[in-house]
Amino acid sequence: MPGILVIAETNEDGVAPISFELLGAARELSGQGAGDVAALIAGSEAQAKELLAHGADSVYTANGTLAGQPADALLPAAEAALQQSGADVVLMGQTSLGRDLGPALAFRLKTGVSMDTVELKLEGGRLRATRSAYGGNARAEHTWKSNPQVVTLKAKSYDPLEADAGRSGNVTAIDAAGESKVKVLGTEKAESTGIRLEDAAIVIAGGRGLGDASAFESLEQLAKSLPNAAVGASRAACDLGWYPPALQVGLTGKTVSPNLYVAIAISGASQHMAGMAGSKNIVSINKDADSNMVKVSKFAIIDDYKKVLPALIEAVKKLS
Amino acid sequence: MNIIVCVKQIPDPETPASSFRVDEAAKKVIPAQGIAPVVNPYDPQATEAALRLRDADGGGKITVISLGPESARDAIKHALAMGADEGVLLNDPSFAGIDNFQTAVALSKAIEKVGEYDLILMGRASADWDMGVVPAGVGQILGLPVVTVAKAIEKNDGSLKVERVLDDGFQTVEVPTPAIVSISNEFGEPRYPQLRQIMLAAKKTVQIWSAADIGVGADEVGAANSWLPLEALYVPKVVSNVEIIEGDTPEEKARTLAQKLRAAKLI
Ligand SMILES: Cc1cc2nc3c(=O)[nH]c(=O)nc-3n(C[C@H](O)[C@H](O)[C@H](O)COP(=O)(O)OP(=O)(O)OC[C@H]3O[C@@H](n4cnc5c(N)ncnc54)[C@H](O)[C@@H]3O)c2cc1C
Ligand SMILES: Nc1ncnc2c1ncn2[C@@H]1O[C@H](COP(=O)(O)O)[C@@H](O)[C@H]1O
Repeated sequence: MPGILVIAETNEDGVAPISFELLGAARELSGQGAGDVAALIAGSEAQAKELLAHGADSVYTANGTLAGQPADALLPAAEAALQQSGADVVLMGQTSLGRDLGPALAFRLKTGVSMDTVELKLEGGRLRATRSAYGGNARAEHTWKSNPQVVTLKAKSYDPLEADAGRSGNVTAIDAAGESKVKVLGTEKAESTGIRLEDAAIVIAGGRGLGDASAFESLEQLAKSLPNAAVGASRAACDLGWYPPALQVGLTGKTVSPNLYVAIAISGASQHMAGMAGSKNIVSINKDADSNMVKVSKFAIIDDYKKVLPALIEAVKKLS
Repeated sequence: MNIIVCVKQIPDPETPASSFRVDEAAKKVIPAQGIAPVVNPYDPQATEAALRLRDADGGGKITVISLGPESARDAIKHALAMGADEGVLLNDPSFAGIDNFQTAVALSKAIEKVGEYDLILMGRASADWDMGVVPAGVGQILGLPVVTVAKAIEKNDGSLKVERVLDDGFQTVEVPTPAIVSISNEFGEPRYPQLRQIMLAAKKTVQIWSAADIGVGADEVGAANSWLPLEALYVPKVVSNVEIIEGDTPEEKARTLAQKLRAAKLI
């Protein structure tokens, strides 16, 4: 049974959430007969244990200083883990790291990579991947001509498993480290106030139809009067400089799946939908009843947001 | 500074879902009536980056390469009208159904044939398959460093300083040339070719290279040899169950919405 290798990631808070989603996907594939689940993390022994608790059967640790380095620095460790585990499936996140590491690893091993994958299944012992294409207008299903079958997984596509501290497994250190010709001079975190967009239960999102940057202040006001809410934006709004790109929702931005997504003056282009279609409930405020966003909504107000929003903020405040 | 820019012609990515059709049996997109193909939106931004670097550097040649059908000449012409110097169209019947991986192989061979370059610029992804693998692929094949998702590039002696967009912020890196850099939309708007430049571009040469010209064998391209075979292509179904909130005034609608959201325990 060749098995699966998960490339886990860390962030400033520890093991990054995508790692647990990857393990969730890997366990599902393992249950379909894909073999054992190994994980690689550029991190500590304690972090390796967390991966075991969340579903890994064994963990390879690479030097923690490799985290945050360009992808080619991690490439030798990934190759070593792949060789030692004998895995023929490699799963990583569609993240800043995975976007680079996935194709680099695939081309190095002369095999394909399915990017931004939303669903995986095993058929006759081979992987079949579903991903969106044409900005979300189409779905494509792929198989691989050769091994390993490399995948980057879209965030929120799989649920993480509950941690089970009783799970155990081997933790092996790998000391392969690559030299990257790319030298990191500095990294700047996007300013974050309050709760992370990806973790919010309610997302209030604004688009080009807002007309100007100051409208986002009203969106923030609405978010503040609701529990666990954050503000996001369409790319059109971000490109206009109205809101930071780190808070862009969509194909080339964040993937969110809140319980409630309120789209204000967003038309619902397929590339925007790609980042929020997993929302449990969508609400639109839009002038255009025929817009895509209205069609996928549970509730919609067809009117000028400038008149609706202040009243909505008032009404919400009165509720609580 | 000699720069190679890779541009791809694709179906308009802003094609509304209502006009988007797929031939499921052929696993192909059916071109939408009256919507012309366009240059992949990130690629003019790559061309813009090339022009600014060349002008800041005070010279050099910008060569534009596109792999595609005869119509992809328009994507090259667009870059030439923006100010690039020469074009190469990689066109061969065997390229029909080529995948992103095979494209990287063919582009690498064409880039080697062009020869002298300090920098290869591409888009962060092509907005047809939304894969974003060609820059890394060409990097692996040619053994060049790759910096992806760039929003700004500055040239220093023998190296480039590149600002990248990360999931949660920005990063500044330094990379020695020759290198590959892929450009993201945060780079900003590319210039729009003026009529005079479009006329001038008509005189610039566009060479056509076949698979044989760049040494790509028939067994390296085409759907039958795909690295990631396409098994199915379809349009996902969307069902609409929207409830339009009624009311005489926008304020009344807002109040009704708040109540409905509360009743549904969503707020
Ligand atoms: C390769 C590629 C990647 C992309 N990635 C992303 C991505 O990650 N995220 C993303 O969002 N987009 C992305 N896009 C862009 C996408 O195609 C759309 O252009 C974009 O999402 C449109 O943003 P919007 O809905 O804010 O603007 P528009 O489409 O202009 O819609 C504005 C909406 O506001 C409504 N409106 C106007 N005035 C009012 C008013 N006063 N009150 C109420 N409603 C009003 C209008 O009816 C309309 O529905 C991408 C595009 C490409 C080609
Ligand atoms: N057929 C092609 N011809 C020229 N350049 C291409 C082609 N396909 C991809 N590219 C380049 O590679 C980038 C990323 O494409 P992809 O990896 O296919 O998403 C594009 O923005 C182009 O710069």
